[in-house]
Amino acid sequence: MMANPADTMLSGALADATERALAEAEIRLPSDVLEALRRAAAAERDAIARQELSNILENIALAGERQVPICQDTGVPVIYLTLPPDIPFSPSLFEGVREGVRRATVTIPLRPNVVDPLTRENTGDNTGAGMPAVHVTPGDRLTVTVLPKGAGSENASRLGMLLPSQAAEIPKFVAETMLLAGGRPCPPVILGVGIGGTFDMAAALAKEALLLPVDTMDDYEQELCDAVNALGIGPMGLGGDTTALAVKVKRADCHTASLPVAVNMQCWACRRATVEVKR
Amino acid sequence: MNLTTPLGDEVLDLRAGDRVTLSGTIYTARDEAHLRMIAEGIPFDPKGAVVYHCGPVVQDGRLVVAGPTTSARMNALTGFLIDAGVRALIGKGGMGPEVVEQLRGRAVYLALTGGCAALAAARMHLAGVYFEDLGMAEAVWVIEADSLPLTVGIDAHGGDLFEAVRQKAKTQFHQRFNINRIPSHETRHR
Repeated sequence: MMANPADTMLSGALADATERALAEAEIRLPSDVLEALRRAAAAERDAIARQELSNILENIALAGERQVPICQDTGVPVIYLTLPPDIPFSPSLFEGVREGVRRATVTIPLRPNVVDPLTRENTGDNTGAGMPAVHVTPGDRLTVTVLPKGAGSENASRLGMLLPSQAAEIPKFVAETMLLAGGRPCPPVILGVGIGGTFDMAAALAKEALLLPVDTMDDYEQELCDAVNALGIGPMGLGGDTTALAVKVKRADCHTASLPVAVNMQCWACRRATVEVKR
Repeated sequence: MNLTTPLGDEVLDLRAGDRVTLSGTIYTARDEAHLRMIAEGIPFDPKGAVVYHCGPVVQDGRLVVAGPTTSARMNALTGFLIDAGVRALIGKGGMGPEVVEQLRGRAVYLALTGGCAALAAARMHLAGVYFEDLGMAEAVWVIEADSLPLTVGIDAHGGDLFEAVRQKAKTQFHQRFNINRIPSHETRHR
């Protein structure tokens, strides 16, 4: 199939925007996350934890100065597009995103992290079968949001199909996820919690919750966050007051016989950026 | 305390929770490099050596970023290194009880702040590579380090800061969630 010129232009613009969004996300932390880390460092009472948080803040400053990624696990890109009504939902959208990821892998540079799940053969350019994941929702403008996701924290994520009678057990499930994870996901973490929907939706909601700003929490989110911080796991699992910077929750309605709950673990490097596509 | 490679018995004086800096030669190794070394031998002199759990980003012979990876993935792959004379492991998140035993009387585990890849790279430069065919993340990179800021996570006497924190967290968890939730006498009669 021949791509029409408008499609090719759109694809190129989307590639540029994806590459720029990745560079922004990988090198600079969003201001709300940085502010949460600074607040935690100021409030922390444990000496080792204070040193860990101070290393993290120094690292963020150095990444900015040197224009290098914050962490060597540059993650796998998770992509969210908003699509205005006048742009067709076409394969060129996906090709544009993939091209942007390939370019960013060379220009930033990113570590090639995408492999065949069984042979473990590396594709070399951070794209692959079904990767990157691209989620499209309707919107007023064409925007690309990137959430590069590292494996240390992703591997500590968890999904539970709770019973409808177990809503009061959700804080326990969330705290237990952190207890099982310990220092492995690079705390202080941000927890994205998806409640409701179906098995797959709960996980998607949990990941989307990581896109929410961490400077505010509602009472329920604060309750979950307090339960996690009471564990005292601390930065890097070395102990301290600061285990979670924030917990963010997204909900959907669900089957009367179900209560899916997903916890998507995010290390302190909660990297995300949005760029509007020029066209 | 300031450590310089090759390391010797000075590591036996360290205790879990101590803060140290380390300078000298270190060797990166992740899962694939451990498997290759078990099959083909260790390509560097392991006596007093330091192994760094890290898969860096390298471009044009330059270390771009090089923070620690999750050490626990190497729990079952570590014994041969300690037997060969490796004196310190650097990584994040700590290691399993079998490694705590392997380190006893011989070596230590040093924690470097996870995600601090720019901070680490600012204090390192590349000096060589083995097993480059394993790819950027899995190759054994030879690195000259200058004053890496580290915390002793596991000492050579069975002291394990990660395990101590984990036990405390477990106790907290059980106190918070597993207590009998029947309201107390006063509450019921208020």
